Amino acid sequence: MSDFPRLASTRRQFLTSAAALSFVTIASRTYAQSISGNLPWHPFAGEPPQPSLAGWYFFKPDEARAIEAIVDRLIPADELSAGGKEAGCAAFIDRQLAGTYGDSSRLYMQGPFMKGTPTQGYQSNATPAMRYRAGLAAIDAFLRKSKNHGFAELNTQEQDAFLKELEGGKVDLGSIDGKALFNLILQNTMEGFFADPIYGGNRNMVSWKMIGFPGAHYDYRDHVGKHNQPYPKGPISIAGSPDWSHKS
Amino acid sequence: MARKLPPKDVVIVGLGWTGAILAHELTDAGLDVVAIERGPWRDTATDFNIGYMQDELRYAIRKDLFLQPAQEAMTMRNNTSQRALPMRDYGSFLPGTGVGGAGVHWNGHTWRFWQSDFQTKSHLTQRYGEARIADLQVQDWGVTYDEMESAYDRFEHLCGISGKAGNLNGQIQQGGNPFEDPRKRDYPLPPMQMTYAPTLFAEAARSLGHHPFPTPAANLSKSYVNPLGIAMGECTMCGFCERFGCANYSKASAQTTILPVLMRKSNFEARCNSEVLQVNLDATGKMAKGVTYVDSSGVEWEQPAEMVLLCAYGLHNARLMMLSKIGKIYDPQSGEGTIGRNYCYQTNAGISLFFEDKNFNPFIASGACGQTMDDFNGDAFDHGGLDFVGGAGINCIPTNGRPIGFRPTPPGTPRWGSAWKKATKDHYLSTFGFSSQGSSYAARGNYLDLDPTYKDRFGRPLLRMTFDFPDNDIRMSHWVSDRMVEIAKALKPKQYVEGRRNKSWSSVPYQSTHNTGGAIMGADPKTSAVNKYLQSWDVPNVFVIGASAFPQNPGKNPTGTVGALAFHAADAIRNQYLRNPGAALVQA
Ligand SMILES: Cc1cc2nc3c(=O)[nH]c(=O)nc-3n(C[C@H](O)[C@H](O)[C@H](O)COP(=O)(O)OP(=O)(O)OC[C@H]3O[C@@H](n4cnc5c(N)ncnc54)[C@H](O)[C@@H]3O)c2cc1C
Ligand code: SF4
Repeated sequence: MSDFPRLASTRRQFLTSAAALSFVTIASRTYAQSISGNLPWHPFAGEPPQPSLAGWYFFKPDEARAIEAIVDRLIPADELSAGGKEAGCAAFIDRQLAGTYGDSSRLYMQGPFMKGTPTQGYQSNATPAMRYRAGLAAIDAFLRKSKNHGFAELNTQEQDAFLKELEGGKVDLGSIDGKALFNLILQNTMEGFFADPIYGGNRNMVSWKMIGFPGAHYDYRDHVGKHNQPYPKGPISIAGSPDWSHKS
Repeated sequence: MARKLPPKDVVIVGLGWTGAILAHELTDAGLDVVAIERGPWRDTATDFNIGYMQDELRYAIRKDLFLQPAQEAMTMRNNTSQRALPMRDYGSFLPGTGVGGAGVHWNGHTWRFWQSDFQTKSHLTQRYGEARIADLQVQDWGVTYDEMESAYDRFEHLCGISGKAGNLNGQIQQGGNPFEDPRKRDYPLPPMQMTYAPTLFAEAARSLGHHPFPTPAANLSKSYVNPLGIAMGECTMCGFCERFGCANYSKASAQTTILPVLMRKSNFEARCNSEVLQVNLDATGKMAKGVTYVDSSGVEWEQPAEMVLLCAYGLHNARLMMLSKIGKIYDPQSGEGTIGRNYCYQTNAGISLFFEDKNFNPFIASGACGQTMDDFNGDAFDHGGLDFVGGAGINCIPTNGRPIGFRPTPPGTPRWGSAWKKATKDHYLSTFGFSSQGSSYAARGNYLDLDPTYKDRFGRPLLRMTFDFPDNDIRMSHWVSDRMVEIAKALKPKQYVEGRRNKSWSSVPYQSTHNTGGAIMGADPKTSAVNKYLQSWDVPNVFVIGASAFPQNPGKNPTGTVGALAFHAADAIRNQYLRNPGAALVQA
């Protein structure tokens, strides 16, 4: 496939004689990927997401109970949708914490770690996994001291009241910034509720059905011009739709 | 010690938008070209797979396709009195990695700058007097719009831009942008079919006497075969565009417009997962000998070459020049030095409109399907009685309804619980927004250099960014926000909520990946790093391609001009430089 134009005469003076060597196979190809002369393509080379399996990967049983209770107050079951627990938000967070999100391995984690301005963003060396572990333990210790019970054992009014205090920065968790912890849990709960169900949350696409998001549909050409008209089709996930699987 | 490889004619650092264009042009000229790319090989079928590309969590929230800070981070501060700290995660902007670069996951708003943009300093001085720009460090580009016209045209036709001309050879065209400078022919494809929100926005803007028009889009309104013979498909309005690769071959990128042809050329080689550490200079320091790079197993290689093209994205271009000691690093105290000078960004603001009885189907969207008005952009309007220069395009381009990121609720709504849930459901379909994308004008204290403390994984200093919005730009943005309120009122929403731009620049919320400057072009080597052909003044066999060349940033997305500059530099190399390799194309 060498149909590129002949070398211009100007090129001859420009080239060094060694350039002729450049098609010789070089050792670098065994290290870095060198591609020339074709468009490389291999079947099944993609990286599809791994569907979330049952069980807890990160949370210990007590932590799992607490986080399930928390997500169920952040997203309570009501006439609009199932609650955060049934929607799988706790399982979602568990899988996230067990992976590259939880250990911050993709982030810049070299020191020195110093306090910065708000415009400089998060500056602690604590990863999300560390923050959940320490944070849930601190919440538990606080509540056992003040209420004699862990979060999961409180009634829903008490749970809501505690979460409000935590959100407002009014709970003293010692060295842990309660408000930041609340924001982290809230953020991850919402991610779980609205992400594709393949990650363990948003079971049965509950949130998508609730708001009217069609999910992984990927082709809307037939509806672009239908201004102000509801989209007629229900949602599908990357894993498909429940209607697609055989019913036993 | 690095192992030495057989030499090449040309080594290109980075195989993104500009690297692919230069590689195509210079292999066509018969040169032997290797592009060294630090990220992986990526192609549509494998990496932008239609079976799972629609994954908001993975691609938009966890940012799977982007440069990971663990590989290279940057530090930031708002001014020199602060200590810069690393952006431990990228937020405000998201550099790309891998073949295709940031062109893989861009939106595709594709603009031409204006003659008044290319001559910012002389134009503004002439019209308003020198005193008006005394606080700024704006400069001329050293090129004119006329010199760039054919290069713009080539990039637009390479991509298959969908749009409507506003000025054909001096004739104003109905329905296009009347403020643009003359183009010789129309866009290759007609505008995209409009969704509901931009349609309403355009009606309201027109009712106020403004001139909205379809945003020029690199999302294709129809199937298309580009001048290289590569076929592309019609955009399906999938709503997973920005931050995602396109699984439909409908968004212009190196993958969809160049690589199928480039990769078949035997005089081209792409080396992936290989990070260039520096450009190697000869003993005089005035000629480049090639580059040193490290592959994914940590082995260092020296790639000799007759010329080096930095196509690594503007910010990385600037850092590589600093690490390679090409030119002198800018010093904001003395104003001397050119590398890192005139770092600029984008001054954006927004407004959200809540309705009761409308359904916008926000998920039916593409990265660039929408309406823009330039009535208040650049110098399209008289600044005589105003206290600022510059302006903003006003854009209604709803790009998606992905629900982790897009869940508008009116202020005062609780963030959780049943009341939160009800508000989320009530407003999801019936809310839209529009925004101003404002110019970012150079100021003496905004610049790039090397961080004294923080290092990358090879122990080399990170890039340090010192930036805040200049007062001029904040005044500009507020004035344009006042105009946006007028448009919002004309739309008669139940409620509108402003998101105004104030100091200081924060590295946390996403704003735009439009980082400009740091190796700017110009006519004077004292105040610019590269000449009008993007050739380094200091090391003439190095060309530096990208938005690093912008002396300041207008109120438009950069890539139309970045792509045009790539063609412009390629022409200069092919038609002038190769006749006398190693010589400066412009005498200092
Ligand atoms: C989310 C997002 C949305 C955007 N939307 C728009 C838009 O709508 N309109 C618009 O005009 N622009 C937009 N942009 C900007 C646009 O993507 C860039 O302007 C364009 O890609 C720049 O081209 P480039 O060649 O300079 O850099 P890139 O395309 O990023 O390519 C640079 C390449 O160099 C490689 N590289 C860097 N350092 C090294 C090294 N040391 N060694 C080897 N390789 C290296 C990188 O991995 C990368 O692949 C957007 C960007 C983002 C991230
Ligand atoms: S919106 Fe269009 S161009 Fe963008 S990714 Fe989807 S199909 Fe491709």
